[in-house]
Amino acid sequence: MSDPIPYRPYAPDTQPSLDSPDYLGTRRRHPLRPPHKLPHTVTETTGPAFSPALFPPTADMTIIDGRRALGERIIVAGRITDEDGRPVPHTMVEIWQANATGRYHHPADQHDAPLDPNFFGAGRVFTDADGRYKVVTIRPGAYPWPNHKNAWRPNHIHFSFFGPAFATRLVTQMYFPGDPLLAFDPIYNAVPDLAARERLVSVFDLDITQPDYALGYRFDVVLRGRGATPMEH
Amino acid sequence: MTAATASQTIGPYWHLIEDKSWADLTRFGAEGERIVLTGTVIDGDGAPFVDGCIEIWQADPPASDSFPAFGRSVIDRYGNYHLITVKPGPVPGRGNAQQAPHIAINVMGRGLMHHLVTRAYFGGEALNATDPLLTSIEEPSRRATLIARNDAPGVWRLDIRLQGGNETVFLDI
Repeated sequence: MSDPIPYRPYAPDTQPSLDSPDYLGTRRRHPLRPPHKLPHTVTETTGPAFSPALFPPTADMTIIDGRRALGERIIVAGRITDEDGRPVPHTMVEIWQANATGRYHHPADQHDAPLDPNFFGAGRVFTDADGRYKVVTIRPGAYPWPNHKNAWRPNHIHFSFFGPAFATRLVTQMYFPGDPLLAFDPIYNAVPDLAARERLVSVFDLDITQPDYALGYRFDVVLRGRGATPMEH
Repeated sequence: MTAATASQTIGPYWHLIEDKSWADLTRFGAEGERIVLTGTVIDGDGAPFVDGCIEIWQADPPASDSFPAFGRSVIDRYGNYHLITVKPGPVPGRGNAQQAPHIAINVMGRGLMHHLVTRAYFGGEALNATDPLLTSIEEPSRRATLIARNDAPGVWRLDIRLQGGNETVFLDI
């Protein structure tokens, strides 16, 4: 049997360091030893395939039982490709976030801001054959967190991607253009490479914006590529 | 070429997407030897790693309509995770090698800027002695951090230590 074609290593400085001391939560949670190199095998080059039949999509997070969430409705859309620009089709995307006031619908979030009974803050969509996805949601609010004095998270939406393989798993956060809190956020700034960091910031897009309905933001995502086409036998 | 998008922590509120049924990979009627994979995840202070989750993926048995081969378990306030799956068999390694039965693991949570990758092997498997990954780890005590212990019939325990003494071997994949 031929060996599976490995995925490329991450490009230098494009991924955050596990040891990011400005983010206090990393201090006792990052391994001290370097990771052990594992050449990819079938375990790493294969991955789960989720079907919309078993994992129903929720592409509009702004309505629960016909009741509308409060806040600024927005459309987030984009394309998922691999590092060689090839679309990642029919892959599941998980989304979660705080509501418009900056409060998560979660018992551990005790921020003194109101919950919205009509906004739960979780969504799930699938990319189409061309790797495109779209979700309708509410622009999340900023909120304080106990990392340092007067610490506030920038507005952000959590995204989880699977792609075709265990090796392509990605969980990240999408930010909004022009947010003054980005400069002070140790999670955003844990990505060393400036260009890689700035790709986490969505782009306002008039083509995604729907007249009389909602502003649109584009968030394109790149998953690891293999840089080669598997040989057919 | 555009490099892969940067990872960010899943943060403490990922439970909004939690579906507890995902921790049981046999829920669609999978056949095979049903096992529990469980353990405790602790941080560098020896404290439970809370606000996180464990994801697993296995190449055997192959994913099918009755077996997703992928699961996710919350890590509870005691640091414990609990998954039900089907015991994997051996799968090919690179070249002519055979890999011992194993399950791939992602550890995610608040304080982890990128998921950590490791594996669970099964104590007592003859193929462990020749598995390419296990044999590439020179110190026996380090190798042992990847080998689940048979706690009770059908119950396998793999504790995960994120930092410090007896730190789990994490993988660069």
